[in-house]
Amino acid sequence: MSEEMVTTPTLPRLNEPAPDFEAVTTHGVVRLSDFRDSWLILFSHPADFTPVCTTEFIAFAEIYPELQKRGVELLGLSIDSVYSHIAWIRNIQEKMGVKIPFPIIADLDRAVATKYGMVQPGASKTEAVRAVFIIDPKGVLRAMIYYPLTTGRNMQEILRLIDALQTSDKHNVATPANWQPGDKVIVPAPKTVEMVEENLKAGYEVVDWYLCKRRLE
Amino acid sequence: MACINPDGTLTTSAKAVLKAVTEVSSPAEVAQKTNLPLFRVRSSLRELVEAGLLEEQEGGYRLTAIGKERIGL
Repeated sequence: MSEEMVTTPTLPRLNEPAPDFEAVTTHGVVRLSDFRDSWLILFSHPADFTPVCTTEFIAFAEIYPELQKRGVELLGLSIDSVYSHIAWIRNIQEKMGVKIPFPIIADLDRAVATKYGMVQPGASKTEAVRAVFIIDPKGVLRAMIYYPLTTGRNMQEILRLIDALQTSDKHNVATPANWQPGDKVIVPAPKTVEMVEENLKAGYEVVDWYLCKRRLE
Repeated sequence: MACINPDGTLTTSAKAVLKAVTEVSSPAEVAQKTNLPLFRVRSSLRELVEAGLLEEQEGGYRLTAIGKERIGL
């Protein structure tokens, strides 16, 4: 086996069970299964006490109440010790007045980071990239976002993605580009000639037979 | 452990979890009574079982004799 094959990070796959873990966090030892029945956003950051990560943590704390309204928990991760995490979140509270309300995994042995493909050697051999994994209440991985070290994440997009996934699950629909809650949704594309005819008679906004939109009640 | 301080005393949240366990209580019931997130309750219940203060029963958890003693019951 070549060295390149050994070091290639493994990536989890959408719509498969999220990789299981038990990890030390700032709120004690948690397992992925502790989050069942809730949605979970597992996200990694490169390192504590770094500028972009600090802005992201404040932003995650700001959207936490909105996430809770949607039944979503947050779980951070970096390859730092729990003491570093504690010192950093205390610093954020003291200097910036923001309390970080969610736990952070201290993944010093990279056990979780490896399972989720968070360490990508082309970006950094020692730090996790800015990854986001959305895991549903059944423990299935539903969405992944990877950002580079230089670019802070967009919290509104993360909220929008949660809203879109929950809307799709609840109403069996898809959501178009730039969809926001309240906008029209897309009726799943028909798979048979009969379904095409039925969609055309259903009162949807028909752009063409394969693209029908409707408002949610 | 997140539930037990270095001096052996229980943390505030651990005491709250233990006090919320009546007869056989499910994690969801404990979370509702304590207002703690469900994931945190599940983690605490596991630690309190390991510490011998709770035991797992079908349908939930209940206090052991040591657990009752620790919260003054």
